Amino acid sequence: MTTLTETWLIFQRSMKQSLRNPAWVIIGIVQPVLYLALFGPLLVPIIQNTPGFPPGDAYQVLVPALLVQLGLFGSLFVGFGLISEYRAGVIERMRVTPVSRVALLVGRALKDVVVLVVQGILLTVLALFFGLRAPFGGVVLALALVAVLALAMSSASYALALKLKSEDTLAPVLNTIVLPLLLLSGILLPMTLAPTWLYNLSRVNPFVYVVDAERAIFRGDFGGSVVVVGIVVAIALVLVMVGWGVRTFQRESA
Amino acid sequence: MIHASGLARTFTTRRGPVEAVSGVDIDVAPGELVGFLGPNGAGKTTTLRMLTTLLAPTAGSATVAGCDLLTDPLGVRRKIGYVGQSGGAGPDCLVADELILQGRFYGLSPARSRERAAELLEQLDLTGTETRVVQTLSGGQRRRLDIAMGLMHLPTLLFMDEPSTGLDPQSRANLWGHIRGLHAEHGTTLFLTTHYLDEADALCDRILVIDKGTIVAEGTPDELKRRVSGDLVLVGTTDPARAADITARIPDSTEHAVDGQTVRFRVPDGASVLPTLLGELSRAEVAMTSVEVRRPSLDDVFLTMTGRSLRETEGVGV
Repeated sequence: MTTLTETWLIFQRSMKQSLRNPAWVIIGIVQPVLYLALFGPLLVPIIQNTPGFPPGDAYQVLVPALLVQLGLFGSLFVGFGLISEYRAGVIERMRVTPVSRVALLVGRALKDVVVLVVQGILLTVLALFFGLRAPFGGVVLALALVAVLALAMSSASYALALKLKSEDTLAPVLNTIVLPLLLLSGILLPMTLAPTWLYNLSRVNPFVYVVDAERAIFRGDFGGSVVVVGIVVAIALVLVMVGWGVRTFQRESA
Repeated sequence: MIHASGLARTFTTRRGPVEAVSGVDIDVAPGELVGFLGPNGAGKTTTLRMLTTLLAPTAGSATVAGCDLLTDPLGVRRKIGYVGQSGGAGPDCLVADELILQGRFYGLSPARSRERAAELLEQLDLTGTETRVVQTLSGGQRRRLDIAMGLMHLPTLLFMDEPSTGLDPQSRANLWGHIRGLHAEHGTTLFLTTHYLDEADALCDRILVIDKGTIVAEGTPDELKRRVSGDLVLVGTTDPARAADITARIPDSTEHAVDGQTVRFRVPDGASVLPTLLGELSRAEVAMTSVEVRRPSLDDVFLTMTGRSLRETEGVGV
């Protein structure tokens, strides 16, 4: 059986699990919607009166960033589900079968990508009612980029979960990682507003490039180097994280 | 079916290397039902995980189901079945879904996998649970489902890690029946670990006793028991010192020991020395609270081999 078929089998299984218990999918979408509804209106007057904002209106700045946030948060916490499966012996049982380790990881991660894209579409459609204007092709490209990011993040989350094997350790580790990543990504406010040292610090964070690219895409600015850099960073992230994840599935020991 | 030599595994911990399994040799012939007996932490699970490709050995080599463990782990995976200690079916999945998927993992077609799942559900008394969520099954049903999952691809060799742990006595007996049945009907070679003496005794053709990472004894349950010389006699008394003086004079008695209020020794035929012993004790006016004669058990084998009781190692006094 090919790795592709095996990935499809694992994907189907994960999808069924999510559909049987859709609470997490709903919880995942609530946060960005709250930002959209309760933070977006604040941003409108700020953007009009503050120099240094990237071009575009408030929602062209906010919505692409919320998509990245969705990709980051939604996917980084999927590892929790894996730990309970690990405890039930599911991972071990699958590792004794001839199934490819790539399928074991990627099948699960692709389910997370699909869930995320659906959430992203919902968020974007909702944003239209708040006054978002963006080119259709741009939105599609933006969602594709977030999908790549989500694949990277959920792979990382699974790898980390299998390494730590305990919710009690995973939660603080993820929270420690996520907060600086969020603050230095320019998701809430663009880093162009930051003092030089903070701006320079933010350049270490790969997500800042993805956020910049998403904003450019939402403005319809497809050709710029910002977009290319964002896409390259996302692809690099996905290669590293999926590689790490597959290695963890190969090596995980009791 | 299994041929392992010098299989060892050392774990690196913060306090330095820990040798979990220090070079075991295992030979299992096709069709055998072999038990791997030892206390918790003896290295049973680690050995099993090595034999099933879950864990890379740090030394040694093995051939499992005709494939080399180190150079052809995929070949081993295709041929063996494995029932892990913590089960393996997704708690929030449907019984039939998990079974059919497991078959697909081994390359069975969707139709064949469904057919095989139905067959196993019937064989293991699980008919009617197809559309149930795994976590709603009873402990015994769940364990049988785990076994069914391990058998989907008709493996010639099935590994089981602590198959009856956590089951009530009735479910255990039922499970043993199923395991024996599988073995008798299909000739599947079974290799199981257990820390229950009664399980090893009741189920296995041959037993390997492992302690502290080394195999300390090997044989059929009867052979192993024969290595222990005679019956164990236990006398409960309020005056263990004087009672011990008297039991020491019993002809052919060995292994005298006092354990709190209990005096014990071994003698070839326990029942025949009882009348004399009781007479002597009452003449000396030593008050007795209980008298017991125990036929040798696998626990005694373990005690003789290692100087410790299996029950003691579990933190439960004899």
